[in-house]
Amino acid sequence: MVQALINVPPKARLGEVVEIKVLISHPMETGYRRGNSGEPIPRDIIHTLVCTYNGEEVFRAELHPAIAANPFLAFSTVATESGVIALTWIDDHGSSETRLSNITVE
Amino acid sequence: MRPGLAGTLLAATLLCAWTLAGTAGEIAPADKRSDYVFMSRETQAMQDDDLVNPGMLFVLDGEALWSAKAGADNRACADCHHDATASMRGVAARYPAFDPEQGRPIDLEERINKCRTARQRATAFTWESRELLALAAYVAKQSRGVAIEASTDPRLRPFIDQGRAIFERRQGQLNLSCAQCHDDNWGRKLAGNTVPQGHPTGYPVYRLEWQNLGSLQRRLRNCMSGMRAEAYAYGSAEHAALEAYLMWRASGLAIDAPAVRP
Repeated sequence: MVQALINVPPKARLGEVVEIKVLISHPMETGYRRGNSGEPIPRDIIHTLVCTYNGEEVFRAELHPAIAANPFLAFSTVATESGVIALTWIDDHGSSETRLSNITVE
Repeated sequence: MRPGLAGTLLAATLLCAWTLAGTAGEIAPADKRSDYVFMSRETQAMQDDDLVNPGMLFVLDGEALWSAKAGADNRACADCHHDATASMRGVAARYPAFDPEQGRPIDLEERINKCRTARQRATAFTWESRELLALAAYVAKQSRGVAIEASTDPRLRPFIDQGRAIFERRQGQLNLSCAQCHDDNWGRKLAGNTVPQGHPTGYPVYRLEWQNLGSLQRRLRNCMSGMRAEAYAYGSAEHAALEAYLMWRASGLAIDAPAVRP
């Protein structure tokens, strides 16, 4: 399992703007580097990150090779209802990871 | 703001900057500062938040490794050392420590490998491997906030002196010594970057230039390559002496591992 640090506030007031932060362990290999013998190191990056709030997409990001290793993203959304915030990211191999967090909205 | 007040504030800031910058010789205890204070606010903010600090990703790995069974005896670190938050507190502040077997000080990474080979009867981790750095980060993190103690172990004395001699010796194509930048010119600029005092309070560090976690030995090798000097090998006696001296030199400062550095 890929290490990731997610911060979704556990509680929020209705209508409050909440900040979601995600830090993912990933080499984000650009594809432009060469190894010690001059062989090109293949590209291996996370290219898409999606956040859904009770199934509805609230944030989507396309990442490109310029993003440094161990990418960190912070974005905001409005707390509308209690439920599950799901963060999913997909990398160049096609593998995807999802992390779920609960949010309680009063 | 009235021009007079602005001018006075500017003069006061410049005076502070001038007096705060190093003058020739060892750093006075009152002037001793962690490398943290010389970083930009953005980098400091990255280090301060455990959910943003990339070093914490390695700490999570280290936490998992701490409980992982390994070696011929199928033993985990946790089997002997139990809860690291208790048993490892203060350890990073006391290393390098003298190892009677090798007859010289060993640092945290070497100590972890010693446990791994002698106690767990497993193969040692290679230098700068993810596993070794993760465990070192996990152990070092338990000493956050603990002040580095100047060692009173008499067996370390000759190595601290040797480390000091290396630190103060001119070397490499540029004929520079570590002391010339880090004792004499800390606080001043080199190629636009502020020269820190060079204290190893945050190791292993997540260096933004590496986009990765790295050990003090890796950083020292970078320093020496930068000075166009021959870098010492990983696990060398010179590194052991230098690390012992640097920790002695940093006594009083608190551990802030895993740190973020530019």
